[in-house]
Amino acid sequence: LSGKLCCWVEGERGGAELLFDGVKKHQVTLPSQDEPWDVRNLLIWIRKNLLKERPELFIQGDSVRPGILVLINDADWELQGELDYQLQDQDSILFISTLHGG
Amino acid sequence: MCQVGEDYGGPGPAELQPKLPWPGCEQKCMKCKEGLPVLIIRAGDAFCKDCFKAYYIHKFRAMLGKNRLIFPGEKVLLAWSGGPSSSSMIWQVQEGLSRESAKRLRFVPGIIYIDEGAVCGQSPEDRTKTMAEMEQVLQTVGFPYHLVSLEEVFNLPTSVLQPISQGPRGSENTYKEAVDGFIQQQQQQQQQQQQQQRLQEEGDKEVFLCDEQIQEKLRELSTQDHGAQETPVSNSLPRAAHTVALMNLFSSVKTLTAKEELLQILRAHLILHVARTQGYSKVMLGDSCTRLAIKLMTNLALGRGAFLAWDTGFSDDRHGDVTMLRPMRDYTLKEIAFYNRMFGVPSVFTPAIDTKAPDKASIHRLMESFILKLQAQYPSTISTVYRTSEKLVKAPRNGEATAGPVPSRCLLCVCALDIDSADSATAFGAQTAEHLSQKPLLAPELPAGAPGRPCCCSRTEGQQGCCQVIRLPSERKEPRASFIEQLCYSCRVNMKDLPFLEPLPPYLLMESQCRRQRAWVKQEIQEFLFEESEEQTKDEICQD
Repeated sequence: LSGKLCCWVEGERGGAELLFDGVKKHQVTLPSQDEPWDVRNLLIWIRKNLLKERPELFIQGDSVRPGILVLINDADWELQGELDYQLQDQDSILFISTLHGG
Repeated sequence: MCQVGEDYGGPGPAELQPKLPWPGCEQKCMKCKEGLPVLIIRAGDAFCKDCFKAYYIHKFRAMLGKNRLIFPGEKVLLAWSGGPSSSSMIWQVQEGLSRESAKRLRFVPGIIYIDEGAVCGQSPEDRTKTMAEMEQVLQTVGFPYHLVSLEEVFNLPTSVLQPISQGPRGSENTYKEAVDGFIQQQQQQQQQQQQQQRLQEEGDKEVFLCDEQIQEKLRELSTQDHGAQETPVSNSLPRAAHTVALMNLFSSVKTLTAKEELLQILRAHLILHVARTQGYSKVMLGDSCTRLAIKLMTNLALGRGAFLAWDTGFSDDRHGDVTMLRPMRDYTLKEIAFYNRMFGVPSVFTPAIDTKAPDKASIHRLMESFILKLQAQYPSTISTVYRTSEKLVKAPRNGEATAGPVPSRCLLCVCALDIDSADSATAFGAQTAEHLSQKPLLAPELPAGAPGRPCCCSRTEGQQGCCQVIRLPSERKEPRASFIEQLCYSCRVNMKDLPFLEPLPPYLLMESQCRRQRAWVKQEIQEFLFEESEEQTKDEICQD
């Protein structure tokens, strides 16, 4: 799969939002690459490009920090393969922090 | 529980997560077997949007129905932080009140929001903005509300530290009677309203208003007035002096753990005070199952094991007249977050005292990340811990079941003291006693009536002259030592991180002084008393 992907990356309530430099919703254009974009790659990309401070409060290991929920197109990512989900054009990825203090 | 990890032997938390047989689109909602699932609640239980909504609403009503603690017509204060759980709670109450008559919730709600901006690093501008946002949400909800800033703790009376006992109430029969009575009353009101409407049509309603209706009207008017009075006060920010004092207090606390505990204690006192003064007999707190599991483990680590049943149970009656309830304790934070997202429940984010703090900043933080990490690997962690909290039974307090002496309560958390001063087996008790006896006088005697520290006579009724008594020559213990002695084990440990008592709000210091005084007087007159009259004297002293 090649070509650019256009996705919405959204952080809701505090933590996620604060870490994304106070911006709630980002429209991101992912560069084309040889292997398909999955959530695993997206997290690495987010860590490099969007997180402004303390990435360890958002990403731990190769997944999100426990306590942060991920919704792909408004549905639980556990239903869609979690890290292995392959991104489609115009997908929306939402992160909701359930941690105390965001 | 351990098999989950074994099945996916690979390293890293992602591999340990339980995976469902996943061809996502083929899966159907486990309830209706038709709808497209949108979330997984427990491992394997996928729900579609409609079934999830029904499940979620039912759970709230079932929790209230099962416990039968809220009487019809009772005033219930909903404690709202702006966060997802308490916001969802308010929307569930609203949903319940909008139902058809048979299924309707029958209590009278009000909302309290406590602005903790001063201790969470918000600027005055941020706080004004947050308050405006909160008010906007509250106005759409439409319940009466109370916006209170944490600075108000400097105006609290000492009475918030005293439990007010109430006769036993709430057996099955009385609950049923109350419900029946309420329904009858409602029917009567309806009839009256219909009658009134008819009269209205005839155009001479005012002449025929019966006494009860007039009373009703008056009550309506008075609540409206009340709301009107409340709003302008709440809009203005608290006095700058109090804000500074509050910030001083929190900056003098050495650890984040003790700060969080202190904040919880002050917040609880403030909520209790508002509930009492505004006539609410129940308070609903938004603690979710996830939060309670974390709280249970945190409190164990903090040495609050003796009070777990009160701190994490459905109902908490430590204050006597006002009972704290936790109706959200069956929901996981995941369910709450999904419901709020799907059904547009607004929540307002405000930074908390530990926002952006690292994992190991406090016991609370550490326990949270520990439990959540464990949960990610073993999905039954939280429910197991939570179910343990359900099984905890409140031990009958001394003095409630028997006619013995009134048990002393912790000055801060108002729990029955778990420290027996005579028991040298309590290693901690011995340790503090020793530690304190060696300590030089740290805190000077409170100047009674000094600015900012009003004399206790002006505050508490029926305690005349205690300021004079304070300067008794034979006063042996220094204030800090006796203050510490009035605390439970956990609060004692926390207070170690507060080097000076002076920044504490006056009501805590005054109550501490009064208790010290009472204990001293009791000791002084002890030798002049006959054994038989001991009980009576104690009562008299308590009434003093």
